[in-house]
Amino acid sequence: MTVLAPPPVAVPSSSTGGRSRSVSWMVWPALLMFVAFGVVPLLGVLALSFTQWDGIGEIHPAGLDSWKVVLSEPGLLHSLWVTFQVMALSWLFQTPMSLLIGVFLASHKRYRGFLAVLYFIPLLLSSAAIAITFSALLNPNFGLGTGLNVDWLNQDWLGQGDLALGVLVFVVSWQFIPFHSLIYQGGVRQIPISMYEAAEIDGAGRVSKFFHITLPQLKYTIITSSTLMVVGSLTFFDLIFVLTAGGPGDATNVLALEMYQTGFKANLMGPASAIAVILVLVGLALALLLRRLGGGSATDSQLEGA
Amino acid sequence: MAISTRPALPRTGVPAPAHRGRGRRRSSLLRWNWFGGAFGWLWLIVVMLPIYWIVITSFKTRANYYAQNPLAPPSSPTLENYRLVVEADFSRYFLNSVLVTAGTVLPAVLISFMAAYAIVRGGAASGFLRSVNGLFLMGLAIPLQAVVIPIYLIIIRLQMYDTLGAIILPSIAFAIPLSVLVLANFIRDVPKELFESMRLDGATEWGTLWRLAFPLVRPALVTVTIYQGLGVWNGFILPLILTQSPEQRTLPLGLWSFQGQYGVNVPAVLASVVLTTLPILICYAIGRRQLLSGLTAGFGK
Repeated sequence: MTVLAPPPVAVPSSSTGGRSRSVSWMVWPALLMFVAFGVVPLLGVLALSFTQWDGIGEIHPAGLDSWKVVLSEPGLLHSLWVTFQVMALSWLFQTPMSLLIGVFLASHKRYRGFLAVLYFIPLLLSSAAIAITFSALLNPNFGLGTGLNVDWLNQDWLGQGDLALGVLVFVVSWQFIPFHSLIYQGGVRQIPISMYEAAEIDGAGRVSKFFHITLPQLKYTIITSSTLMVVGSLTFFDLIFVLTAGGPGDATNVLALEMYQTGFKANLMGPASAIAVILVLVGLALALLLRRLGGGSATDSQLEGA
Repeated sequence: MAISTRPALPRTGVPAPAHRGRGRRRSSLLRWNWFGGAFGWLWLIVVMLPIYWIVITSFKTRANYYAQNPLAPPSSPTLENYRLVVEADFSRYFLNSVLVTAGTVLPAVLISFMAAYAIVRGGAASGFLRSVNGLFLMGLAIPLQAVVIPIYLIIIRLQMYDTLGAIILPSIAFAIPLSVLVLANFIRDVPKELFESMRLDGATEWGTLWRLAFPLVRPALVTVTIYQGLGVWNGFILPLILTQSPEQRTLPLGLWSFQGQYGVNVPAVLASVVLTTLPILICYAIGRRQLLSGLTAGFGK
C-alpha cells in the first residue's frame, strides 16, 4: 500500500500534483461501491422503466408501454396526492413545534441535557416498532382512549381514510419532531448573543426579538430542516407499510408504497420502475426548489458578527 | 436517507461541539420562556407516554391486558411474553441484525474515511477527486426506496438473493455519501501544518491517515458509525425485498412477521418491540454525548 507514497524528502509546494496522485487511490473502494450499488441502480431504474419484467424471468424491451400504463392509471395521481398531503401536513405540524421547542431548549441549558436524552428515544426505534406500537395503542377498545378515559380518543383511527392519514402525520411527527428540535436548538445557539443585547437596548420585547432576530437568523436552519422533512417524507415506506399497508382502501398509499405493490406484489417491474423514476424526480425537484429558496451563497448574513 | 442542501460550513477548531460557554449568559438574558417551555414539556409527555405504555404492557398477562386500565402498571407482572418472543427465534434475528450492521458499518465507515481523506488532501490539485466528491454529494439525493428494483435485479444476478450479504452490499453504498460528507468536514478542520510536518517526517499518506487524521477525527468516526449503524439496524425495505426465508430475517422484519403471527397477543408483540430496541438503547446510553453533539454540529447551521 505504501508503494505510491511520496518521497520522504522536503519538496517544494509544486509537488501537489504528485501528492494528489499518491492519495487518490484511497477514494476507489468507496467510489466503486457507490457506483455499483448507487449510481448503476439509479440509471438502471430509468432503463427498467422502458422494459417489461415480472421479477423472475427474462427482461424484454417494451418502449414506452410502462409509462403509458402508469400515467393513464388513476392510482398514480392518487398516490402523488396522498404523498403530497403527508408531506405538507407533516411539515405544517412539525415545523412550528420543532422551532418552539428548539428555541426553548437552546435558552434553558439546565433542561436541555435532560430533555435531549429523552427526546432522542423515538429516533432509536425502528419504524416497524413504532408502527406496531401505535397500531396497538390506538386500539379503540384497549388503547389510549380507555387508559385516559377520554371517549373521543376511542375512534377507529386506522379504519377510516381521513383519520388514518391524520394518524400517519401524527406518528411521523412523534418520530421526528425531537430530531428537528435538536437541529433548531443547534441553530439558535449559533446566533450571536450581541444581536439580542442590541435589540434589548433598542427596547425590543421577547416576541419581536423572536420575529426579528431568531427567525431571520434561522433561515438556513429552517431550510435544512425543511429539506430533510420534505424529501424524507417521500421515503416513508416502512412506517406506512406496517401501520396501514396503504389502507384503509388506498387512503394512505404513498408513492413508495404504490411502487412496491406494483413491482413486488403485482410483479410489474416495468411500471414500478416508472413510478420509482417519478419518485426520484419529485425528490430532486423539491430539493432544488428548497435550495433555490435559500438563495445563493450560504455565507452571507448568517455569519455576520459571529 | 438524509439530504443536506448546504454542506455544513467548516467549523473552527477540531470536533468540539457548539458549546461556547454562552449558555449561562443567554439564559439570564432570555428569561424563562413559558410558551416554548409548555410545548417542550407537553411534547415530552407525548413522546414518553407510548414508551411507558410499551414497557408496562409487555409485562402484562393477556388477561391483565384486557381487564386492566391500559395505562396502569401490571397487577401481576409476568415474563411470559419475553419467553414467547425468545422462543420465536428472535435470537437468530438478533444475530442476523448484528452481522448485517457490523458487516455494513465497519467497511462503510472505513472506505468513507479513506475517501474523505483523499478528497480533502488531494482535492485541491485533482479534478478527479473533486468530481468524485460532487458525485457523493449528488448521491445524498438518491432515495434508497426508488432504486430497490435494480438493486433486486443486481442481487439476483450476483446469486446473492436471500443472503445477509444481499442486504450488506447496498447498505454500504448508501452509507457512503453522508459519511464522506461529515468526515471530510472534520478532516478539513485539522490544521494544514500538522499534515505538512507529517510529510516532512517522511510519513506516507496511509501512515498520516492512521497516525494523524484517525485520532483527531475519532469523535466524528464514532458519530458516523452510530448514525449509520442505527439506520442499518432499523432498516426494513432491503431485508423485505432481498430475503425471503425466516433464517435470514433481521429484527425489524422479524418484528413485522411476529406481529402478523401473534397480532392478537399484544403484550407479546410489545415485548418483542422492547427486546429489539434494548440493544440500541444500551448503545445510545454509551454513545449519547457523541451522537448528539456530532449531529447538532453537523446539521445545526
